[in-house]
Amino acid sequence: MSSLSRDDVAKLAGLARIEMTEAELVELSSQFGLILDAVARVQEMDLSGVKATSHPQPLENIARPDVVLPSLSPEDALSGAPAQEESRFRVPQILGEAE
Amino acid sequence: MIRSTAAQMADALAKGETTSVELTQAHLDRIAAVDGQVKAFLHVDSAGALAQAKDVDARRAKGEKLSPIAGIPLALKDVLAQKGVPTTAGSKILQGWLPPYDSTVVSTLKAAGVVIMGKTNMDEFAMGSSTENSGYGPTFNPWDLTRTPGGSSGGSAAAVSAFEAPLAIGSDTGGSIRQPAALTGIVGVRPTYGAVSRFGLIAYSSSLDQAGPFGRTVLDTALLHEVMAGHDVKDATSINAPVPAVVAAAKSGDVKGMKIGVIKQLQGEGYQKGVQTRFDESLQVLASLGAEIVEVDCPSFEYALAAYYLIAPSECSSNLARFDAMRYGLRTGDVDGASAEAVMSATRDAGFGREVKRRIILGTYALSSGYYDAYYGSAQKIRTLIIQDYAKAFTKADVLVSPTAPTTAYKIGEKVDDPMAMYLGDVATIPVNLAGICGMSLPAGLADEDNLPVGFQIMAPAMQDQRLYQVGAALEAALLTKWGAPILSKAPELKGAK
Repeated sequence: MSSLSRDDVAKLAGLARIEMTEAELVELSSQFGLILDAVARVQEMDLSGVKATSHPQPLENIARPDVVLPSLSPEDALSGAPAQEESRFRVPQILGEAE
Repeated sequence: MIRSTAAQMADALAKGETTSVELTQAHLDRIAAVDGQVKAFLHVDSAGALAQAKDVDARRAKGEKLSPIAGIPLALKDVLAQKGVPTTAGSKILQGWLPPYDSTVVSTLKAAGVVIMGKTNMDEFAMGSSTENSGYGPTFNPWDLTRTPGGSSGGSAAAVSAFEAPLAIGSDTGGSIRQPAALTGIVGVRPTYGAVSRFGLIAYSSSLDQAGPFGRTVLDTALLHEVMAGHDVKDATSINAPVPAVVAAAKSGDVKGMKIGVIKQLQGEGYQKGVQTRFDESLQVLASLGAEIVEVDCPSFEYALAAYYLIAPSECSSNLARFDAMRYGLRTGDVDGASAEAVMSATRDAGFGREVKRRIILGTYALSSGYYDAYYGSAQKIRTLIIQDYAKAFTKADVLVSPTAPTTAYKIGEKVDDPMAMYLGDVATIPVNLAGICGMSLPAGLADEDNLPVGFQIMAPAMQDQRLYQVGAALEAALLTKWGAPILSKAPELKGAK
């Protein structure tokens, strides 16, 4: 039986940038045992020598001519912004200590 | 008028017997009458729809050459961006967002004169199989309002089943078009991966996502398929090849001499008795029409569900990183001195529902160093084996078939607290997505034990989508003769309906 502790889930939630309540952490860790057991079945088959598939199609880079095409106006691009200032996205402090 | 097929509506429009404005208004009236119970729509754009209808009527009056489904109203899954119309993907994190652009599917529909009536409910970011994971409450199955319509495209399927729209668009990452089509008694197709542009389709799992059509008949579904598919330079995974002739195939419907492969692993144990019975009967019908039924073995399919629930969450944990509270969507906790990281974490907590969080965490785990090879890496290898199983099976059969879902529609709330039980409902649909091929679900009748619709799934190789329609149309016609009336005529009348 696989399991993830409450602390494991808390660490993953931190990596995924999701704040979680204590109740959520406990619920998720209790559900993860069953889910991990189910998905761990991928390890039951002998997969030696099998190539991995990341995508159903053979992907290749597609380049277009380097010409300017119509794009969103600054007003349109900013239309969904939670906050804006001087035609730019205003975001919370990213670097250093708060003033 | 609203109970006609889209093909009949298109015919009436072409002959001048009705107008798109009349047709659209009739459907908006139906929505007003019954959607309070069904809750298929998150947003109804009455004014926008009537303006589009008026425009297409004017173009027709001028004698312009129009697409075969010009003037037909349609319901759009809320996962596709439509300029200036609320688009949420069923998530609170996008509440109130008005996209500044159209997805390619939407711009293609607009160019074809299709009338977009509104945005339909869905499991949040298409993660779910019952539409109960929507941030805005569930959709109810028109066959029995205490049951789910399936999901994640449950709103689109319910809208078509309840005669709120003759056509709808969904998206299918693990069965999200085919399974709700099965549970609501309609036709749904997941086209070949890359056949329909993903530009403007809010991403869940990019290597599996594909938008596709819903209709009440195989031909209606084909008419929409042919309009919405095609190459798009804005999607690097879009296939640059002609759209398969699905409408012609839907009109021919001849299966004489075709080989139909029954997948051993996708039937029997775990499938509801009434589902298996209707499936077996449909096979007999196809055999009586001259098809040869063969059994095929796809041993790796047993591991498809496990592979899917690693690959999809892994891709989603990366895709959903874009919801960072910076450029659009919800932002909470932005108080003086709060760091960007704190704002991001608080916003993602407030904006994402339980299932989305569950999958992001699972994906984060599966991709983390030390576990990557054992989980995500193994899942990718299973994916290779599934592709090989299909390739081998398609040397023995022209199409493969199975029940679409192991059960009929279940009660709202029945599985919502048991994620594994919910995931098992996708067991028959997931292999198609992992292999990037195409699949259809069409009604095979009602299960004896609960009188609820059963879906029959047809699968075909990549870019052979016309085979789905050829076999689907043949089965549909034979079953219609047997039943005497379309399956939806057996659905109960909704209260408030005229």
